[in-house]
Amino acid sequence: MSLRSNILDLRKRKQEVQKGGGDEAIEKQAQMGKLTARERILAILDENSFHEYDLFVEHTARDFGMETKVLHGDGVIIGTGTIFNKPVCIFAQDFTVAGGSLGQMHARKITKIMDHALKMRVPLIGINDSGGARIQEGVNSLAGYGEIFFRNTLASGVIPQISVILGPCAGGAVYSPALTDFVFVVENISKMFITGPSVIKSVLGEDISMEELGGARVHAEITGNAHFYAMSEMECFDQIKSLISYIPWNNKEKAQAVPPKLPKKGKGIDKLVPADPRIPYDMREIIKSITDGSEFLEIMEHFAPNIIIGFGRLEGETVGFVANQPLVLAGVLDCDSSDKAARFIRYCDSFNIPIVTLEDLPGYLPGVDQEHAGVIRHGAKILYAYSEATVPKVTVILRKAYGGGYIAMNSRHLRADFVFAWPGAEIAVMGPEGAANIVFRKEIMEAEDPEAMRQQKIQEYKEKFANPYVAAAKGYIDEVIEPAETRHRILHALKVSKNKSVFLPDKKHGIPPF
Amino acid sequence: MAEEKKDTIPMESLIVQGARYETTLTRKFKNRKVWVPHNPNLITSFIPGTIIDIMAKTGQKVKAGTSILVLEAMKMHNNVLMPFDGEIVKINVQRDEIVPKNHVMVEVKPVQIR
Repeated sequence: MSLRSNILDLRKRKQEVQKGGGDEAIEKQAQMGKLTARERILAILDENSFHEYDLFVEHTARDFGMETKVLHGDGVIIGTGTIFNKPVCIFAQDFTVAGGSLGQMHARKITKIMDHALKMRVPLIGINDSGGARIQEGVNSLAGYGEIFFRNTLASGVIPQISVILGPCAGGAVYSPALTDFVFVVENISKMFITGPSVIKSVLGEDISMEELGGARVHAEITGNAHFYAMSEMECFDQIKSLISYIPWNNKEKAQAVPPKLPKKGKGIDKLVPADPRIPYDMREIIKSITDGSEFLEIMEHFAPNIIIGFGRLEGETVGFVANQPLVLAGVLDCDSSDKAARFIRYCDSFNIPIVTLEDLPGYLPGVDQEHAGVIRHGAKILYAYSEATVPKVTVILRKAYGGGYIAMNSRHLRADFVFAWPGAEIAVMGPEGAANIVFRKEIMEAEDPEAMRQQKIQEYKEKFANPYVAAAKGYIDEVIEPAETRHRILHALKVSKNKSVFLPDKKHGIPPF
Repeated sequence: MAEEKKDTIPMESLIVQGARYETTLTRKFKNRKVWVPHNPNLITSFIPGTIIDIMAKTGQKVKAGTSILVLEAMKMHNNVLMPFDGEIVKINVQRDEIVPKNHVMVEVKPVQIR
């Protein structure tokens, strides 16, 4: 054969294999409202940047009639490309090929690109669309999952790992996304569960649809497995690119800075917060009045919305925000919100992103369900994460900082670098109402008009303790600031913290309250 | 801002340490499980499964630790034991019945057995 005919032969082979499961299967995929694996990769990466590897890999199954079957690429596409002109590694399971089922070679392709990503210190994006383990390959497919999970764990905190769930992701397969940093789901398309509805029905008699059991909304709102929720695949890809613009490429780098912008002119930060600490407001408005261009990328928007986490920029540099949300559950800390914030704090700490904490909370959520769900254990996560974090940490107390909540929300005592408070801040062991009932119990009980006495004592307590000056007198707060100064003070604090360097005791790793 | 919000989102209240806060509640919070005290006289299923055998009979006096029925779940035959010396007051399940979690299978009462 001449070189020319060799080239033509190669092209023919590529064309054949790149079709994945063939026209009929692709048509089926489209009917489900889903893009193909290849279309997805091309939509996420910069134009003409995708380079594929292991296209000609074939499966190794030799039983149950599998030996006669051809599975193009063994049901997964791997490769490298760029996003914003910076390199990434990517894989996409191809549902059109044997339902994207995972066999030995399929897994080996995924682990190959994972090894690349870790070695080259570039982000890894994994697109999951698979029926699960390829049963005909038996323990080989289980081994494949294990190899993937192991690499997810090794890469954790070194390179960003992004999982995109664009189809079913069931059984053991769900644990790879669960080990990665960010999970993206799309309404009607994403399905994640350990045991599917049919098994649940046959074994347990519980009748539930796939969507209600493990659909996108469930994971975005109830379980907290998903970090970003979109209505379509294209919206999802935009979210991925938006996220990636905020984060550094690996744990030795800083996020790419962009040209600084001023926040949009709004109502003015001091007019957004009602003086009465029992009246709610939307904390997102406060964040947006501080960040460059009033832009804020919220993460896990629908899960535990009583705490807000996400990225914004200050003078062009990425900052992680953690903020109580008085609009939902009065902004309390509970099992879910502690878990949500703690993981985000650790993400920021791993990837050199400074943390700004905006505080306004009445404490931990009371209730039997909370106590029995382990609010002690979960609540401890946030203490652990803040204490351990060595990136620059700045706190602003807007209104309430009561009790355990005060300590947990990046207080001086957990080594915040700078703590500011607005003049209306109430920093105390508990709110005046609760405190008065305890401290002046006898006076209130014995008074002729107990309610009037209670109100008087609440007022007394408020004047004495519910202000920022008691904490400022002890140096727990560095400065009481005017609301309008907030952005400026945070900016300066971060500027002087640029070369922050602290050392923790030498250890293999800690034992966080997982 | 807060006033504008109040027009669009219906506010509810939450009491934390004696203070009543105006706020919204999440679906998860509203659906939280209400705690009920444990009643030792009700033998409930600790796991969903199928009743594959019932050894006890209504009115029978049974010693603590005796198997009263077998609940199959997760491919395992689980013997459900009498928690104390007592009498079977009522059996609410039948053989081959599939029961959900926390289903009251048997009602018992403590009785002195000599």
